[in-house]
Amino acid sequence: MIRVVLPAHLRTLARVEGEVRLLVEEPVTLRGILNALEGQYPMLRGTIRDHVTQKRRPFIRFFACEQDLSNEQPDVPLPEAVLTGAEPFLIVGAMAGG
Amino acid sequence: MSGIRVLVGTRKGAFILTSDGTRRQWEVNGPLFGGWELFHLKGSPVDPNRIYASQTSSWFGQVIQRSDDGGKTWNPPGTKPEDLMGPDGMPKGESNMFLYKGSVGTHKWYDGSQRPWEFKRIWHLEPSLTDPDTVYAGAEDAALFKSVNGGVTWEEVPGLRGAKGDLWQPGAGGMCLHTIVLDPSHPDRIVVAISAAGTFRSDDAGVTWRPINRGLKSPYELPDPDAEVGHCVHRIANHPSRPDTLYMQKHWDVLRSDDAGESWHEISGNLPSDFGFPIVVHAHEPETVYVVPIKSDSEHYPPEGKLRVYRSRTGGNEWEGLTKGLPQEHCYVNILRDAMAVDSLDPCGVYVGTTGGQVYASADSGDSWTPIVRDLPPVLSVEVQTLA
Repeated sequence: MIRVVLPAHLRTLARVEGEVRLLVEEPVTLRGILNALEGQYPMLRGTIRDHVTQKRRPFIRFFACEQDLSNEQPDVPLPEAVLTGAEPFLIVGAMAGG
Repeated sequence: MSGIRVLVGTRKGAFILTSDGTRRQWEVNGPLFGGWELFHLKGSPVDPNRIYASQTSSWFGQVIQRSDDGGKTWNPPGTKPEDLMGPDGMPKGESNMFLYKGSVGTHKWYDGSQRPWEFKRIWHLEPSLTDPDTVYAGAEDAALFKSVNGGVTWEEVPGLRGAKGDLWQPGAGGMCLHTIVLDPSHPDRIVVAISAAGTFRSDDAGVTWRPINRGLKSPYELPDPDAEVGHCVHRIANHPSRPDTLYMQKHWDVLRSDDAGESWHEISGNLPSDFGFPIVVHAHEPETVYVVPIKSDSEHYPPEGKLRVYRSRTGGNEWEGLTKGLPQEHCYVNILRDAMAVDSLDPCGVYVGTTGGQVYASADSGDSWTPIVRDLPPVLSVEVQTLA
């Protein structure tokens, strides 16, 4: 199972608490995780990536294993620790101060 | 016993304020969707339990929410368990998918170049006058969308962007379609207003559109003050018994049309400033109109630091300032275009929400005012439902 951590606003929208656990077909990629996430929680479609272009929204970041994976190609396999569930895949909202 | 439900959209969530018909005691519920911008909430005139809400975020984009029980529970349409699976077995989840129809096309950008339309958010939701499942949505970048299935899916209303859309150019507030006026006596007539583009009308249910800006003058904003498009219209209102009479608050100037927008004339009269955002019509008196003068386009606060709603009982030109119960010193809030509304009780109630987070109510057609709530996030929109 892949562990996914959503930002607070998307947890509220999806009505989940804590981490989300997803079954993702191998090879596990960014695209595969997001497809599985949106399949399980269709209200998240369009909130992380564009409906049509599938591009990541500008103020969203993807982190795992202390790496910024935001600009990785969508079909590049993710780190082994994410596949095994040892490390979560983090979907993060960009910082905003004021 | 009648009741009132006030739907308040703010920068950080929605609030629902309820009262019985006396409008003396109010219950405040919220925040709903805390932390999100709620640009607009509006109930169906046919089924008051059906309420639509536009929930947006710079991070997560657009979400449409719908309540079928008067605001007690909410769902993005099409994502309840019984709605999830389409015929192909795939989840739907398309209630926030706003796609420009056909070729995306271009509009004028700040540097004079042409730029493709890009969806940003929904500013305004206008439920149909006859069908609770039909609702219009006004978008930034400016376009009109329509849903006929309760917000589950949306389709752009064709033709509007063909009405000289290549000449539309965003102002500092963005190129948004913020006003949708439906006409109870002409079901195929739709009037919309777009910031920095103007007013447009369709008489065939949205198939064809044309600009209706004759009489508008914008000498400080446009090189040609009488241009066919480009005027920064802030809000239009009408009364259902006289739908051909339209009232307009423009960037500067308050105007009126008595021929469904074919021609406009100024009715600013003795207002202390004719800049402002909202304009509403009394529920029972088609010639009674309300505006909130703001000092200027660079100083978005009331003249002299006094919050005054102005009322004309003569369809314009002669205005009286309404001050009782409103702050008359050190007040520097703004009232945004969607943040004033009326109820349909007798006497008519009037409601305004401020960027300072206050919602003021008048239960006597504006003669006196009381704050319902004082410390909300900046108020973006106020709509009122009068419940039987």
